[in-house]
Amino acid sequence: MAHERTVKLRVKRQDTPGSPSYWQEFEVPYEPQMNITTCLQLIAAHGRTAQGQQAAPVAYDANCLEEVCGSCTMLINGRVRQACSALVDDLLSTPDDVITLEPMTKFPVVRDLFVDRSRMFEHLKRVRAWVPVDNSVDDTPPPLMSQKVQEQGYPLQRCMTCGCCVEACPQVNEHNAFIGPAAIGQAMLYQKHGIGQNLAEERLEALRDTGGVAGCGNAQNCVKVCPKGVPLTDAIARANRQLTIYSLRRWFDR
Amino acid sequence: MAQQRVIVVGGGLAGLAATMRLAELGRHVDLISMVPVKRSHSVCAQGGINAVNSLTRLQGDSEWKHFDDSVYGGDFLQNQPPVKEMCEWGPRIVDMMDRLGVMFNRTPEGKRDQRRFGGTLYKRTAFAGATTGQQLLYALDEQVRRWEVEGKVKKYEFWEFLGPIVDGKGICRGAVAQDMFSMEIRAFPGDAVVLATGGCGMIFGKSTMSMICTGGAAARAFKAGVKYANGEFIQVHPTAIPGSDKHRLMSESARGEGGRVWVPRRKGDDRDPRQIPMEERWYFLEERYPKYGNLVPRDIATREIFNVCVNEGLSVDPNEYCVYLDVTELPSTTQHKLEGILEIYEKFRGLDPRVMPMKIFPAVHYSMGGLWCDFEKDPHTGGLVLDSPRNQMTNIPGLYVIGEADYQYHGANRLGANSLLSCIFAGLIVGPAIDSWLNALPAGSAAAQPSSLFEGEAARHKEQYEQLINSKGDQNPYLLHRELGQTMTKNVTVVRYNQGIEETLAKIDELAERYKRVAIADTSNWTNQNLSFTRALGDMLIMARVIARGALLRNECRGAHYKPDYAIPAPKGGDPETVRTEAVRWVQAFRKQTQEWLKTTIAEYTPDGPKISYEQVDTSLIPPRPRTYGLVGAEIIEQVWRDTQSADEKAAQQAQPAGA
Ligand SMILES: Cc1cc2nc3c(=O)[nH]c(=O)nc-3n(C[C@H](O)[C@H](O)[C@H](O)COP(=O)(O)OP(=O)(O)OC[C@H]3O[C@@H](n4cnc5c(N)ncnc54)[C@H](O)[C@@H]3O)c2cc1C
Ligand code: FES
Repeated sequence: MAHERTVKLRVKRQDTPGSPSYWQEFEVPYEPQMNITTCLQLIAAHGRTAQGQQAAPVAYDANCLEEVCGSCTMLINGRVRQACSALVDDLLSTPDDVITLEPMTKFPVVRDLFVDRSRMFEHLKRVRAWVPVDNSVDDTPPPLMSQKVQEQGYPLQRCMTCGCCVEACPQVNEHNAFIGPAAIGQAMLYQKHGIGQNLAEERLEALRDTGGVAGCGNAQNCVKVCPKGVPLTDAIARANRQLTIYSLRRWFDR
Repeated sequence: MAQQRVIVVGGGLAGLAATMRLAELGRHVDLISMVPVKRSHSVCAQGGINAVNSLTRLQGDSEWKHFDDSVYGGDFLQNQPPVKEMCEWGPRIVDMMDRLGVMFNRTPEGKRDQRRFGGTLYKRTAFAGATTGQQLLYALDEQVRRWEVEGKVKKYEFWEFLGPIVDGKGICRGAVAQDMFSMEIRAFPGDAVVLATGGCGMIFGKSTMSMICTGGAAARAFKAGVKYANGEFIQVHPTAIPGSDKHRLMSESARGEGGRVWVPRRKGDDRDPRQIPMEERWYFLEERYPKYGNLVPRDIATREIFNVCVNEGLSVDPNEYCVYLDVTELPSTTQHKLEGILEIYEKFRGLDPRVMPMKIFPAVHYSMGGLWCDFEKDPHTGGLVLDSPRNQMTNIPGLYVIGEADYQYHGANRLGANSLLSCIFAGLIVGPAIDSWLNALPAGSAAAQPSSLFEGEAARHKEQYEQLINSKGDQNPYLLHRELGQTMTKNVTVVRYNQGIEETLAKIDELAERYKRVAIADTSNWTNQNLSFTRALGDMLIMARVIARGALLRNECRGAHYKPDYAIPAPKGGDPETVRTEAVRWVQAFRKQTQEWLKTTIAEYTPDGPKISYEQVDTSLIPPRPRTYGLVGAEIIEQVWRDTQSADEKAAQQAQPAGA
């Protein structure tokens, strides 16, 4: 029993949105192939810190546990990523290493590791990333789509609004209204879709506004941290090109 | 007149389709969900969605064949009119999702590419890589966002449904929900309420489902008087990867694209699978089911895997029932179509499935059973009367259920890629059903009901909340949950024995007793996840009883429900005469079983456990028949069955008076 291998974690906690944060340490039994969400489940089940004090379960956001819903984003050893796909074995160079867990910094903390990302969904409203059909149930055949357009669109459509890119982007900060890479990616998704393109200009208008594409400083952090390899910088470059053409056309059409 | 409102609880595929449809019909919707709807469990769906299409039609496919595959796959336990209607809507639904912007894979011409799935011989499944559910959900999420901007939809995300509000006449008038941050409990008046709250895999501890799939919402409706149907039918998927927190699915699409299941022929052969020559591998599904091969329906594939591991002792992992799923020989373009799932294997197992056969095992995956709901059959088409207010309505008027939370479409076993279809279909037809209900609302709108009705219900739930948060016992809810999962998985999954099920029922009683002494470690009134989980645990115990009790009473084998003690013994070899006699006996036993057990299990809530009764199944369109899937050795059963059928027909003709 005494020699049973454990995993050590340091967790940054915060009880309510306004209150000060504090750190707590935990130790949970090691299991092969375990991930960080398992550690958090074990912390909840054990209910004590490494020092044996009683501790409320750590609050965190999670659902699918297979890196597809985007819920469980947090800072793990300082790096933004999903807790469910962060395997303990990959995080430790020696079994005695301590893993640190912190909430993302670009979003308001709700409690512990749980942050409020509603801003990202508000930004999706702004870029109108939908297809404006008259009616969903309708017997009109869908437009054909080339393999090329599909191969461009599919990777963008895998964006799970997890917030990694927003967290990593230096341009997203309190002095700046930049909507961030994810929303721009979605704005680009339907620009070439048979029906989706009907809103192309409206989307470009939204991206021209304050906080739009001009906010990008080209740091390229977003693509490095995106867990799904969403081609964000490509999308931003495309948005820029489309905007240039659009602005020119508007100028000529005056 | 006060504005009528509809409450939709749950924003997976079913809930979002319903919300979109209702908004299009001009209705105002309050959409309540425990997670931002874009993070609903539907994102996990991988393989695809079924519908007849131009390609399969050329090969002789039709909506009727899709319908036949679905009821044969479901072992005839579904009421057939809704299933027929769903299959007819298939092409329209996939076209719709295409128009709404789903990035389905394409053929060179720009049409949708198709793959084959289990339980059919046609390539009927449209897909977007291996993340089809995510793409479908996001397209609907955007449509609902559009209606949100237009002011037709108001979202309440991170709100948890606690129960329906039912008035003195037994009509549903709204719902009570709790803000998962502030913990505020509020009554929402609603002229119709739709439950689209998904499945209940968490009852089995670990499954392929998401963390919020506890069945809590269904249990709360059940406690309020909604019937629960066919609870014992739980699908165990043949191919998943075991994990410490959940089991992760390896979609049927891996086999649909040509992946093969095998084990070494020799017991204890622990060579690297790549070193095992072809002739020393046993492709047991292909050998036993030459017609369907690796794509037999899930209940059969799972039992076969269980059989080679347990009875033949050929598991490739000493601790689990594991077999190989091999995609290493597929061309890289095909592997590319499976990228989403191959990534999952690589990420969580640390091995590259493109070069190394995957080790997979069966895991709890889907609940065919669910809250009971009604339908109105169109006598002319055999399908549904589309604007009938009865479609998808539970036995509480005004309360509807759709998606995995309902029981309508999959009988005793669901075919792969039929769930996404049934979720969207039910979401679309519940729109006009509710529209009709609202047009003839009995006794005025919800807003016109006395406020005491709503205040009273909110107060009752607040009281329960206070009671739970102050409970200071010695029982840890997470450990109780683990024990529940273990006993359910052990006795109420692939192979079931009455003795084991009885053990589990006794265990559930013990857990329910201990649950009364549960300790809440977190007494905060802010974002208390500990409380929400513990409350759901209480609900899981209620539903576990429904599942186990239904399973105990059903003494037969049907689809996913398999009891060896009640299996009809297969004809053994011997001279043709004996084999035929045995097959005749088999067919007689099959007919008797159909007569006795082809019925829906209905559970009703009582504080002392569920009360079980049974209901007739509408099999008016396709009569039940033995489900052999071309198993080698079962040809004689098919033969005898055909002979008896034609003899019966002849007898019926002769019995008819001449000229009639
Ligand atoms: C790994 C995996 C792969 C699959 N692949 C396929 C496939 O390829 N093809 C196929 O056809 N099917 C597939 N399925 C099945 C299919 O994904 C599900 O059956 C389907 O997505 C269920 O959708 P739903 O809308 O009913 O519910 P869900 O998507 O589960 O949504 C439930 C909603 O209800 C909400 N909710 C739940 N409880 C409450 C509450 N108490 N209060 C408020 N809100 C609540 C949730 O927040 C959520 O929004 C797969 C399933 C799994 C697990
Ligand atoms: S829980 Fe869904 S991404 Fe981690």
